[in-house]
Amino acid sequence: MTSPLEQKKIKVTGPVVVTANRAGDGAVVYRRADGGWSNELDAAAVVTDAAGAQRLMTGALGDDRHAVGPYIAPVKLAPGGQVRPGNLRELIRRGGPTIELPAAPRAMPKRDYRIAEPVHSQA
Amino acid sequence: MYLYDAFDRTLVAERVAEFRDQVARRLSGELTEEEFKPLRLMNGVYLQLHAYMLRTAIPYGTLSSAQLRMLAAVARKYDRGYGHFTTRQNIQYHWIKLAELPDAMADLASVGMHGMQTSGNCVRNITTDQWAGVAPDEIEDPRIFAELIRQHVTLHPEFSFMPRKFKIAVGTATNDRAALRIHDLALRLYRNGAGETGFEVMVGGGLGRTPFLAKTIKPFLQKRDVLSYVEAILRTYNQFGRRDNIYKARVKILVHELGPEAFAKEVDAEWRSIKDGNLALDAAAVAEIAGRFRYPDYEKLDDNPRELAAARRADRGFDAWMGNCVANHKLPGYAIVTASLKPEGGTPGDATATQMDAIADLADRTSFGEIRVGHEQNLVLPHVAQRDLVALWRELDAVGIAVPNVNLVSDIISCPGLDYCSLANARSIPIAQEITRRFHNLDLQRDLGRLHVNISGCINACGHHHVGHIGILGVDKNGEEFYQITLGGKADQNATLGTLIGPAVPYAEVADVVEDIAAAYLELRQRPDELFIDTVKRTGVEPFRERVYAAR
Amino acid sequence: MPLVESGRIVEDRYRRVVDDAPIPERVPIIVPASRFLADADELIRRDGSLGVLWPNDRRVAELAPWLGHLALIALDFPKFRDGRAYSQARQLRETYGFAGTLRATGDVLRDQFHFLVRAGFDSFAVKKPADAAVFAESVARYSVSYQPSADGRVPALRRRVRAAESGKTV
Repeated sequence: MTSPLEQKKIKVTGPVVVTANRAGDGAVVYRRADGGWSNELDAAAVVTDAAGAQRLMTGALGDDRHAVGPYIAPVKLAPGGQVRPGNLRELIRRGGPTIELPAAPRAMPKRDYRIAEPVHSQA
Repeated sequence: MYLYDAFDRTLVAERVAEFRDQVARRLSGELTEEEFKPLRLMNGVYLQLHAYMLRTAIPYGTLSSAQLRMLAAVARKYDRGYGHFTTRQNIQYHWIKLAELPDAMADLASVGMHGMQTSGNCVRNITTDQWAGVAPDEIEDPRIFAELIRQHVTLHPEFSFMPRKFKIAVGTATNDRAALRIHDLALRLYRNGAGETGFEVMVGGGLGRTPFLAKTIKPFLQKRDVLSYVEAILRTYNQFGRRDNIYKARVKILVHELGPEAFAKEVDAEWRSIKDGNLALDAAAVAEIAGRFRYPDYEKLDDNPRELAAARRADRGFDAWMGNCVANHKLPGYAIVTASLKPEGGTPGDATATQMDAIADLADRTSFGEIRVGHEQNLVLPHVAQRDLVALWRELDAVGIAVPNVNLVSDIISCPGLDYCSLANARSIPIAQEITRRFHNLDLQRDLGRLHVNISGCINACGHHHVGHIGILGVDKNGEEFYQITLGGKADQNATLGTLIGPAVPYAEVADVVEDIAAAYLELRQRPDELFIDTVKRTGVEPFRERVYAAR
Repeated sequence: MPLVESGRIVEDRYRRVVDDAPIPERVPIIVPASRFLADADELIRRDGSLGVLWPNDRRVAELAPWLGHLALIALDFPKFRDGRAYSQARQLRETYGFAGTLRATGDVLRDQFHFLVRAGFDSFAVKKPADAAVFAESVARYSVSYQPSADGRVPALRRRVRAAESGKTV
């Protein structure tokens, strides 16, 4: 989980997506193949080489009106084709903090990220 | 506390208007993120893992009840019903929407609050002792000088684009409760041999990748010269601080690379050319600021009323709270009350809007409408009459902030960590929560005594782990969360950096390690009242290292 | 890159002399620092206004002997985040009493105008035409400042003291 803000050279060793935060409200979004952004990881464009990642990043960086701070994030591909976060940081970004929020009206359930089941994405 | 006048209010209002315009230009695409980012940072707006984060300044940790109520209202209206008090006496909201920020800032501005300079390469919140103005061991109220400097550095045209951030702390008490020497600039007021009061000026402290304690560059500075000398320091840093490498850009690196004497000489040369100019502080200027601080209309009260002792005998819970959360006030009949924001299983420093409202009401009734925020992430009611303590305790207890664990092992100082922060390598809050669960027994906590645990989720050290008695630093080892443990750090007037005791341990073992360290202390201490930190100093870390790593 | 002076977009009277290029006669010129220092004696005798482009990593004290001969000093913001030229400007104005034109060049954006003015700049080579057009409005954004600064505005502290002395409340 070394902060990807320190990424310099693009090195791709497995399936990756490009993710960022929506400009208006900071919500987590993923770059789609058609050049837009989605809340859903399953809708993200998944690439497996540096050239593909570079293409996605170039598009993302040019779209800073809609999303901020794009970077390349690892994913895992489930046998059924679903896209899962590839590390703890991305799990947390998608699913929210792993702790109960002090005052949430619907307190977010405590999550045990050692379980292999995907967590539900944020509403 | 300081009362805003028309100038202060105008400045904040103009700032909100400017930011509203900048947000609009950002959302319309007229400003790129690269152009917008330093502007939003100057208003304390960060981007974190899940959302924007707003850091609101609480100058030198002093709040009015009206301000605290507004913090609660902002939490409800624009966030998720809670806020987080930080190790720099500020508050953070973790779920803010950019588009709503100008409205949130306008609401805060209505009570004189803002996020100006809580981020960015400028002078940040000037912090001080949370017992300022009421501590028995202080010479003068440090907040007067903190406010003077705060105004001077706010939207300062020359120092808004420095190499990096710049953190200032002011202290005027014998016991340093402001962690002076871990700041870029620390001003310590004291009385010299001739009976004059002046400042020891220390520069170049800071934690993070390369921790340093601040060095004294001027042993005695007249009060008259405070602003010009600070100006000279900032100008020297602005001109000569490194800009080629973000990890070497703090003033501590400049002081280290030049050497404190050479740095002091640069500052001095600059200072001499400006010290008698328009920054010289005459009595009128100081009096003007001092006069805007309103102090309570204290009553003349008897110290230690009999009812208090009786109440302590009658109720063990009250007695425990009195013994832990209530400190001596400089005036007889009054007390300083600390409200712990470290409940078992909770997030250190978080308070719900409900709790904030409750504290605001209690402050109105028992503390002349004033609250303080400490860098240890607890709240303080600084002006409580001793006769009000019993009733106050019941009400604090009713909202869960009367846990008598202040300065004990479960009074953990922690950054938000990987659950929130995009800089983090590892989580910190669940580590803190587990530690509080292991030590939930208050008798055990009291037996261990004063024991400061500090947790940082990355090397930026926002949890001040370097100066914790037990310091815990989260690192990433091949995608797994591991934690380095240090012992023996101190944040007070004998500031010390902790010593690493061995290889990093995995997430699941950190609470075990803290238990092992505590057990080792109980065996090693020479007397029950030998403090943990003194035992570590006496024995060194070796016996603790052995204990922790024996089975690992 | 539009030039703003006295709150309006103006023509630049000054000719920028590049490196070893010959010095034109009589017209106002801006010369790079190293060229200036090498040929200072000649340049100050030349008929025509003299300006120098000074880098942000050299002390302005080096210019001190020549200030009386300089009509203009251009200071540089390689990126707007690099604020060294603010200190240079204030030293030139306040420590050395430079009274000529102080020009901000480089990455000069509208959100820095009010800082630049208060640091003592009075000429602005603005990066974006759109920003140049709103210069006057941007500078007026803050009616109050806390610090004494080069634009002559009375800082808040002094205004309060005066108000207190004259019996007015604020």
